[in-house]
Order: sequence, then structure tokens, then C-alpha cells
Amino acid sequence: MQSFDVMNGNRAAAIGASLAKPDVIAAYPITPQTPVVEYLTQFVADGVLESAMSEVESELTAMSMVTGASLAGARTFTATSSQGLALMYEPYFRASTLRLPIVMAIVNREMISPQTVWGGPQDSISVRDSGWLQIYVEDNQEIMDMMIQAYKIAENEGVLLPINICYDGFYLSHMTEKVFIPEQEKVDAFLGRYQPNHIILDPSRPMAVDPLTNGELLMNYRYLHLEAQQNALQVIEETDKEFESLFGRSYGGLIESYRMEDAEYAIITMGSMTGAAKEAVDFARQNGKSIGLVKLRVLRPFPKSKIIEALSKVKAFGVVDRNVSFGWNTGVIYQEIKSALYESGQFMPSIPFIGGLGGEDLTLDMMIEAIETICHASESKETIWLTRE
Amino acid sequence: MKFKTKYIAPVGGDGIHTINTGDWRIKKPVLSQEKCVKCGYCLLHCPVNAISKKDGQFTISYSYCKGCGICAHGCPPDAIEMVPEVEK
Ligand code: SF4
Ligand code: SF4
Repeated sequence: MQSFDVMNGNRAAAIGASLAKPDVIAAYPITPQTPVVEYLTQFVADGVLESAMSEVESELTAMSMVTGASLAGARTFTATSSQGLALMYEPYFRASTLRLPIVMAIVNREMISPQTVWGGPQDSISVRDSGWLQIYVEDNQEIMDMMIQAYKIAENEGVLLPINICYDGFYLSHMTEKVFIPEQEKVDAFLGRYQPNHIILDPSRPMAVDPLTNGELLMNYRYLHLEAQQNALQVIEETDKEFESLFGRSYGGLIESYRMEDAEYAIITMGSMTGAAKEAVDFARQNGKSIGLVKLRVLRPFPKSKIIEALSKVKAFGVVDRNVSFGWNTGVIYQEIKSALYESGQFMPSIPFIGGLGGEDLTLDMMIEAIETICHASESKETIWLTRE
Repeated sequence: MKFKTKYIAPVGGDGIHTINTGDWRIKKPVLSQEKCVKCGYCLLHCPVNAISKKDGQFTISYSYCKGCGICAHGCPPDAIEMVPEVEK
């Protein structure tokens, strides 16, 4: 029997990560991620967790330290937010191009300026093309479960890439929910141990790591890295199924479709806003509107075929972005969904929405307003900003 | 894609050694044994050691010759001619 407890998202992340028994944890506290570091430090102090835990002096060091540890064959964990992620950008990129299966929670926080500590995935979305896998979750149970699945996905032989589990600052990090805790023995069996062969600092197997490399070879490595990202599409789906068979919970893999079976219209969301949007879909359904919801769970690799399939029958769709793409006058997810559809030759009307920046609420009212607009859609030339009256 | 590595991450002896300076050449040095006076200037000055002396004769290997023309420029009897690669 799985036990359960009430806990906030940060505690769910810390427990989830510790169930994977990382050998090395290095992190620097930053709001709203700070409690993750505090919980893990406590677990180590209490002797519940045997990891080598290091509270380093900056995020740059945190990522550098887990990179070194991963190179030495350790299973690693770190967590950050916003400006902390920005500070670690250099070793962040290198961790993926060295093909190290590091797991990092990103507690999404808006990027400054203006000065802000509140939620918004602008931080991780802005580095989506750095070669990491990125999964965005909706609630605290999903945080817990994906922390465990993250290791399974990242350490898969066909993947070997670092992974971010991203969850909204405050909306999830500091919100308390009931969360089931997977049994340790089952997690041990599910994950096994990390045994690297592709890159390792090991005196008994000497290899030169990261030598100066010319473009021709670099393109070889990039080609294989892109291929590994594509392999991850299937691995994420399989891992979801295997997790379900052991622990009884599935998240749909790459995307989650909600009331999409007969839907004529679709609203697309990502992260914690999905809860309010599902409520709005139920409300609209009661009022005779044929609408469904698609939750994008995985941003990298982008689940192109799944999106094409999910939207194949709709007359119009809208995308709610809690981020902006400077220079496009829309959010990022909107563009990516449209790019995916281009290949399928489906050119139905679509509407870009932006809302919830800097921790602003994305309310039920706003989601209902968005659904109304989608159901009367002809192509909107302007992005619609969801704001308070 | 043509693969020059058996690794998925940048490790091992691949590194800089795979740079093929021979790919850079747009003109190649052609050495005339009749005109050559065996002075050895070209062998001493070639920056990639593409010239060797075998059985008293100087010969140019084109696998790493980058076509810089230093050998041709300095050869006292003008025994080396730089021929455009386009004809190959
Ligand atoms: S052209 Fe330059 S590289 Fe080629 S043999 Fe002459 S000196 Fe050496
Ligand atoms: S520099 Fe000219 S003459 Fe001297 S060895 Fe070379 S080819 Fe012969």
C-alpha cells in the first residue's frame, strides 16, 4: 500500500528525488525553490537520505558540481529557479552536450525585470533549445511521480540526456495537496542503478573527456543528440505505462487529452493552469459547447505527432501561454503548436492567448473567456491578453 | 550523415586529430623532379610536414598538404607549380 501525506510541491519534489537515491546533490537556494534544498538537507541530516549533499555558493557551482559527479558515474539531483537558471546557463548547456542524465527540478519563476519572485515558466522555456528534456507538470502528485520517472527516462540507453521537471512557483511549490508516496522497494526495482559507459571519469577505463573538437565531429555529436531527443518521445510514453503498472497512475505520456473524443474546439495549456482550464471546459460543456483540452506535458522533445493527432478533428483551437516570445508577439507554445500542424497540412483558425505572467492568476473566468473566443474563432491577428477587469 | 566517431559524447581520441588540412586546398603543389636541385628548402618550410625525402627524392603527400604555397614560393629553381584543384 502506498502511504500518503499532505504536502506542498517542493516537498513532493524533495521526496520524489530522494526516493531515486541520488549519490550527489548540489544546490543553491533561490525563491521559490528554497524549501526543496531545505527538505533535502533535513533528510540527509536525519539520516533518511544517504546522498552527499552540498550547499554550494552559487548555481553556477551547483550545475558544475553535478556535472562532475555525473561524469564520475553518480546519480545526481539539483533544483533551481529563474535567475539561478540564468546564472548556470554555461554548464547547463554543457551538461546536455556531454550527455549526462542529470535530473533538475525547475520551480518556474518569472524572469526579471521588473523584480519579481512569482511564478511563470519564462525561465525554463527560454532555454528550451539547450538540449535538455523538459517536462511540465500540473499538480503535486505529478511532481512526485515525475521526479522518479525522470531518472528512468534520462538514464535510458537510447536517451542519456539531462532532464528538467518544471512546476509553477507558488501555485504548486507552496500549495498543499494530498500526495501518494511510492514505496521505496518498488522505486528501487523500477529505477535500478545508473551505470554509464558512454562517458566516464574512471581510472580503470581512461578516456579523454571533452577534447577540442572540430566542426565535422561536432556535427556527428549534434546529430546523435537530436536523435536521442527523438528517442525520448517513445521512452517517455513507455515509462508512463510502466509506472502506471507499478504505481497505478498514468499521465498520458507526452500529452494529456481531456474531453477531446468528440470535441470541435480545443484549448491548449501547460502546467498548473490546466486545473482551471479543465473546470472551464466542464462548464462550457454544460452549456453545450463542444470543447476539449490538450495539456502539453513535454516541451522537449516536442510531441509533434501527438499534437497533430489530437487536433486532427477540431475546427479551431487556442493556446494559453504563460510566457512571451519577444519578437513574435505571441507566447512560445502557440508557435510550436502551429509549426507542428504545418506538416500535417491542417490550417484551422487558431488564437494565441497570453496570461498569468509574473504569478498573475489565470482564473476560471479568464479560461471561460478564452473558450468563448475559441468557439467563435476566425483567425485572430492579435494576441489576446487575459487580464483582470 | 557520415560518422567519424563511434562515441555519442565527446570522449576518446577523436578530438582535434580529425582536422583534415588536405580539405582546405584550392591549389596543389606539383613538384618537377627534373627541375629540383635537392636543396631541401620545401621540406624544411612546409608547415604541415607534407614533404618527405625518400631515396634522395623530395615528394609531397597530398593527404595533409593544405595548399599554402610556401614550398613553391621559396623553391630556388621554381620546381614546384601550384595547380588549381578544380581540374581533379
Ligand atoms: S603547399 Fe604548403 S602545405 Fe603543401 S606541401 Fe607546399 S608548403 Fe607544404
Ligand atoms: S625547394 Fe625546390 S629545389 Fe629545393 S628540394 Fe624542394 S622542390 Fe627541390
